[in-house]
Amino acid sequence: MLLKVENISKSFSGHQALKDVSIEINQGEVFGLLGPNGAGKTTLIRIINQIIKQDSGSVFLNGNPISKKEIEKIGYLPEERGLYKKMTILDQSIYLAGLKGVPKKEAKIRLKAWLEKFELMPWVNKKVEDLSKGMQQKIQFIVTVLHEPKLLILDEPFSGFDPVNTNLIKQEILNLKQNGTTIIFSTHNMASVEEICEKIALINKSEKILSGSVEDVRKSYSKNEFTVGFEGNLIAFTNALWTNFELVDKQQKGNLTIARVKSVNESNLNKLAESIIPSVKLRFLEEKLPSMHDIFVQEVSEKKTQPKTDLYE
Amino acid sequence: MNKIWLIIQREYTTRVKKKSFLLLTILGPMLMAGLFVFIAWLGMEETETQNIIVVDDQYPAFKTIKGDKNLNFEYGNFTLEEAKQMFTSSNYTAVLYLPENITYANTAILYFKKQPSLFSVKNIENSVEKIVEDLKLDLFKIDRETFDKVNTNFHLNAVKFSESGNEKEIDLEKNAVGFVFGLFIYMFIFLYGVQVMRGVIEEKTNRIVEVIVCSVRPFQLMLGKIIGVAMVGFTQFIIWIILTLALYTIAFQVVMATQYGVDTIGPSSQISADLIGQMQNNPGFDSKMLLQQDNIINRINFPLMLSMFAFYFLGGYLLYSAMFAAIGSAVDSETDVQQFMLPVTLPLIAAYIISIFVIQNPDGPAAFWFSIIPFTSPIVMMTRLAVGIGDGGIPFWEVGLSMSLLIIAFFIIVWLASKIYNVGILMYGKKPSFKELLKWLKQAE
Repeated sequence: MLLKVENISKSFSGHQALKDVSIEINQGEVFGLLGPNGAGKTTLIRIINQIIKQDSGSVFLNGNPISKKEIEKIGYLPEERGLYKKMTILDQSIYLAGLKGVPKKEAKIRLKAWLEKFELMPWVNKKVEDLSKGMQQKIQFIVTVLHEPKLLILDEPFSGFDPVNTNLIKQEILNLKQNGTTIIFSTHNMASVEEICEKIALINKSEKILSGSVEDVRKSYSKNEFTVGFEGNLIAFTNALWTNFELVDKQQKGNLTIARVKSVNESNLNKLAESIIPSVKLRFLEEKLPSMHDIFVQEVSEKKTQPKTDLYE
Repeated sequence: MNKIWLIIQREYTTRVKKKSFLLLTILGPMLMAGLFVFIAWLGMEETETQNIIVVDDQYPAFKTIKGDKNLNFEYGNFTLEEAKQMFTSSNYTAVLYLPENITYANTAILYFKKQPSLFSVKNIENSVEKIVEDLKLDLFKIDRETFDKVNTNFHLNAVKFSESGNEKEIDLEKNAVGFVFGLFIYMFIFLYGVQVMRGVIEEKTNRIVEVIVCSVRPFQLMLGKIIGVAMVGFTQFIIWIILTLALYTIAFQVVMATQYGVDTIGPSSQISADLIGQMQNNPGFDSKMLLQQDNIINRINFPLMLSMFAFYFLGGYLLYSAMFAAIGSAVDSETDVQQFMLPVTLPLIAAYIISIFVIQNPDGPAAFWFSIIPFTSPIVMMTRLAVGIGDGGIPFWEVGLSMSLLIIAFFIIVWLASKIYNVGILMYGKKPSFKELLKWLKQAE
């Protein structure tokens, strides 16, 4: 276990920002920290970084209670981010790496490798304010990982990135993961969560309301629905479903019929295939899992407190 | 500790490398030296010779009027009209018209082609005044000797009689020198305190602060910035002092050379001996005063003043820059600082105004209390300190109390400021009120 967050609570002058939140992250995982704006994600990240102190609960990194020394192993890309505009890339990177305990010489070598990778070497002595926005974003990423953190915390890393840069950085994140870096990925962009994350925790209104592997979470929200594409007679198809499944919805595209069916008695995909293969020409068949987006929206809107209606009664 | 050092280094080098730093550091002493030269020039003796036609309505009452080597009086029985005619078509430089009522009106008129220097005007005045006096003595039948006996130049000596029986004169000159030191502290606290504030705002608006504070504690960042800027300040002082001395020396020698034709490039001992000799032979020259025992420059204990200056500058700067840092952390941009600046700048400005009164009354209750209270003491105490410490000066206990309180206040203010700073640097979007700042203070770590 690389990071263990245990029963963290925190309030700011009367407002409870986090309530008894626990998460566990294993070495090498990409962990999605999800939640709407204001849920408490950033507060949790700041507590992990010890930028602010929790009211109760504890944080362990590598089994040790978190300390300034341990935090040097964390790389943090905050949502509110920036660089010193008037400093050169070189000075800036060496300074920020130095604050993380990397000697100047070592920082220079690593910086060179990164800049070459991103083809930014010609700009090494340029001030940040002279760079394009895309370049600044790359530099921002480089300074976050220059000290080779064991744990990388990315808060909305792609906000403001163009698609090319998003892909580039996404690729680098996956490379780092391959090399054993553990990554916390805080976002409300659910598409990228399904793509990158293995485990997630959903925080809403200061509380963790959902956690587990992406696969398990989606399965647990499964409504036992399947999507079937076939050619053939719809009546024959409906008859074949018989008592185990029922037709929810259908769509005709030329010869192809796309049907959504729901299992009535926990019957699985195999059973469905068996039932319909004799009657129609099967084109495709898949279990319909809810997307993270759907789950997020469902969970977050369910938890929304109902406005009081007394006024109108 | 290592990290604080990194922060100090960054704060220092980025500022020292700036063009504006270079400009201010070099131009500062140039302006100062320029001012010295200008003052010296104003006081310089006239090198141009004035040839003046004297028109005397009571001819020959002013027959005895005497000039000196740069002042020639052409005295004769001219009318003003005649003189004006002579004047236009000749190399006379001025017409001095002494009207008939001069002994009653006490005034005369000088017509000139080219503005004579203040020095020449003063000389002419003196020459005329002496004769007017003689005329009046004649008129009232008083002889010069009696007049000299009666003529009074009254001066009131204010002497403080302390409880222990020591008598002490109030030395306005010394207090004025102290005031100049206080004024410098006032200016530098503003100059560098605002730099700290700008730095904090810059980090906040650049959004880099959150990256930094996950590597170092906010307190370290704040302290590193304050110390870094203080070092920039001391660097600037040292360069200023050296450059000012150098430029002043050069300017002084140039003045000497043009004044006396002394070749100042020769061996220095020779020069000074020559100069002193020449100066002593020339009572009109003000610089001679520099060499006198009781000249103000020689009566000030400069090592004491400079070390006290270093202490009170550092103490005052640290105290105020912590507050400036807190202000910087509370706002999103420099345009929002106005409402918070007032309570911080008010005691500074008050200290400055109080110091002006302290020159006159260095031992009054205001002088005492405001030189003890930490927020005003750096400026007010500096103004009082020129008279020295201990016997005949400020009692040791007062200075000790003032210094200790300043140190204690510094720790308290830094502690409070860092609390606001901790919360402020991570707050974006809304402009806090004073009430909210108080809330931040109470907010537990």
